[in-house]
Amino acid sequence: MNAITREADMDATHIGEHSTHHEEHPTGIKRWLFTTNHKDIGTLYLWFSFIMFLTGGAMAMVIRAELFQPGLQLVEPNFFNQMTTVHGLIMVFGAVMPAFTGLANWLIPMMIGAPDMALPRMNNWSFWILPFAFAILISSLFMEGGGPNFGWTFYAPLSTAYSPDSTALFVFSVHIMGISSIMGAINVIVTIVNMRAPGMSWMKLPLFVWTWLITAFLLIAVMPVLAGTVTMVLTDKFFGTSFFDAAGGGDPVMFQHIFWFFGHPEVYIMILPSFGIISAIVPAFSRKKLFGYSSMVYATASIAILSFLVWAHHMFTTGMPVFAELFFMYCTMLIAVPTGVKVFNWVATLWRGSLTFETPMLFALAFIILFTIGGFSGLMLAITPVDFQYHDTYFVVAHFHYVLVSGAIFSIMAAAYYWLPKWTGHMYSEKLGKLHFWCSVISVNVLFFPMHFLGLAGMPRRIPDYSIQFADVNQIVSIGGFAFGLSQLIFLVVVIKCIRGGEPAPNKPWDGAEGLEWTLPSPAPYHSFSTPPEVK
Amino acid sequence: MTDAKAYSNRKLIGLLLLGCVGMFGFGFALVPLYDVLCEKLGINGKTQSTAAEYKAVTIDTSRTVTVEFMAQTQKDMPWVFAPEMKRIQVHPGEVIRTQFHAKNLSAQQIVGQAIPSVSPGQGAAYFHKTECFCFNQQKLDANANAQLPLIFYVDTELPEQISTLTLSYTLYNITDKGYVDDVEQGAAK
Repeated sequence: MNAITREADMDATHIGEHSTHHEEHPTGIKRWLFTTNHKDIGTLYLWFSFIMFLTGGAMAMVIRAELFQPGLQLVEPNFFNQMTTVHGLIMVFGAVMPAFTGLANWLIPMMIGAPDMALPRMNNWSFWILPFAFAILISSLFMEGGGPNFGWTFYAPLSTAYSPDSTALFVFSVHIMGISSIMGAINVIVTIVNMRAPGMSWMKLPLFVWTWLITAFLLIAVMPVLAGTVTMVLTDKFFGTSFFDAAGGGDPVMFQHIFWFFGHPEVYIMILPSFGIISAIVPAFSRKKLFGYSSMVYATASIAILSFLVWAHHMFTTGMPVFAELFFMYCTMLIAVPTGVKVFNWVATLWRGSLTFETPMLFALAFIILFTIGGFSGLMLAITPVDFQYHDTYFVVAHFHYVLVSGAIFSIMAAAYYWLPKWTGHMYSEKLGKLHFWCSVISVNVLFFPMHFLGLAGMPRRIPDYSIQFADVNQIVSIGGFAFGLSQLIFLVVVIKCIRGGEPAPNKPWDGAEGLEWTLPSPAPYHSFSTPPEVK
Repeated sequence: MTDAKAYSNRKLIGLLLLGCVGMFGFGFALVPLYDVLCEKLGINGKTQSTAAEYKAVTIDTSRTVTVEFMAQTQKDMPWVFAPEMKRIQVHPGEVIRTQFHAKNLSAQQIVGQAIPSVSPGQGAAYFHKTECFCFNQQKLDANANAQLPLIFYVDTELPEQISTLTLSYTLYNITDKGYVDDVEQGAAK
């Protein structure tokens, strides 16, 4: 370890040299436009994702305001549909995925002892095409006929025969998002495979790196399929092909098969990096080694492989043969095994640990509990006969928001708090951080837990109106929603305050933390590990 | 960066890009694959698209199967389209003739194509049509009527657990998609 610290010191002197005789750093907007530095690009990704999080969140506020009372109050049904659609698209492709890519950019090179990502120029491109993708998507809302209104899953024929003309813009924006994700994934894989420091063997990789490596392979496997799907929608709608049009010999149900062949691995793309984050934070604040490191690696890989064998569990009500329903039901339930391995490993890490409850740990603990609740409701949905009742109800909405908001988003928050001192060189305000946590964790449950009951009672999703018996619960849900939305502004304050100043952060602000990134000074120097550290 | 490292980066990028292109192709390969699988396993309720030969089979009078008929029109299809009878009890092997009524409510000539689907899907392979209006495109002049014939029989091999077969037709407006005139084609030959 001592050797590494020395390396880091040497590194600090290198920086001095760099700034005197090497390339000059452009300043202002040019620095960000032309940057190939993994830390800059990571920052750009993270800010972009946060802006998208607030944008998608504002759309969720429109949805919850409309659903505050039965009847149609604020928005037209067609606009409501556009809100549910674009909220989903923005949160999936604009908030969660770029946040993970941002974390990957910041952390993977520092964690494996590499000076930068392997393909820095491609890295710049993969970020800078994203704002265009979302500008196109959001601008489609202002077109004549409105933006996409067919749900983020864009089932045919809703997205073909019945969709607005702006569907072409939706298709192109998804193409660009896909290209961005694929470039990001290629970069991550090449970096991890080729740029590990000497001695950083596969089974020494931090779990965040492992989970991202597997995620990147999932991205490469399924993002092209999504690109193909949207292309088929485009040609069906505008060029007279009949992939999904029964009149021309196509099949609308096939859309769902192809979409979910992408869509199910996609949900693991949005959760596997979370597992890596939690596996870093829980040991740090338990002051113990992670329990069952290698089983974590194998569990992640098994989840990734199984994710290709479960897609039709989204389609139980399409009239599949019984043997197919059973196959997909059992495969889905099988995923609970490796996921359970992970949850038990985290709990075993906590067991008899010397626990402290700083904000990252609080978010990590909330993740474990709330993600597990989402996992259990997923198991319920996996049971074919009961899925016939739950399908397309608020039960499903509750399920995937538990795994995505109190799962993926909470892990991203945990990661932000955990690594903020390393990124900014300052400690964040623990008081405000805790306030953010408690506001979030209470409101997120007020927001999503009652949705289970609404779903069980039969309230359908994606509908701007509902029967009056659902009114009380919807009001509670909406209040939770507004509270959750406002709570995220506390996070913005915490981050801005932390960037501007605060108690200087030591190299390793968390005494239980492990990993090469903590051997670097805080804030991490612009160029780190120009000489690779020796990993023992 | 050393040459060796640059080379191994390039090699890996090449492989990964190849993987991307492969998966993009795979997405499209799923389309024929889906059709083949559905046809081989007989699982999505698609019936055969050409007339079946009536193979002389004995009529299994010990068994009765309910056959239900449904008809619907897609959007932009201004036709009335309805089965003559909603439901019929048949014995497997028995040849049944029925018809569907169609009326063009619009002031233009419209070409329609009916797409059949049988539910439960596993029953589709045992539902044989010896004559069906769905094998051809249907042309109706403005405000014209037509009786569309359907002759079918249910296979005696129909699995035990299936006691009801629902035949559903969806009628699509394909006027703009090019009409192949069967009669004229026949005359030309």
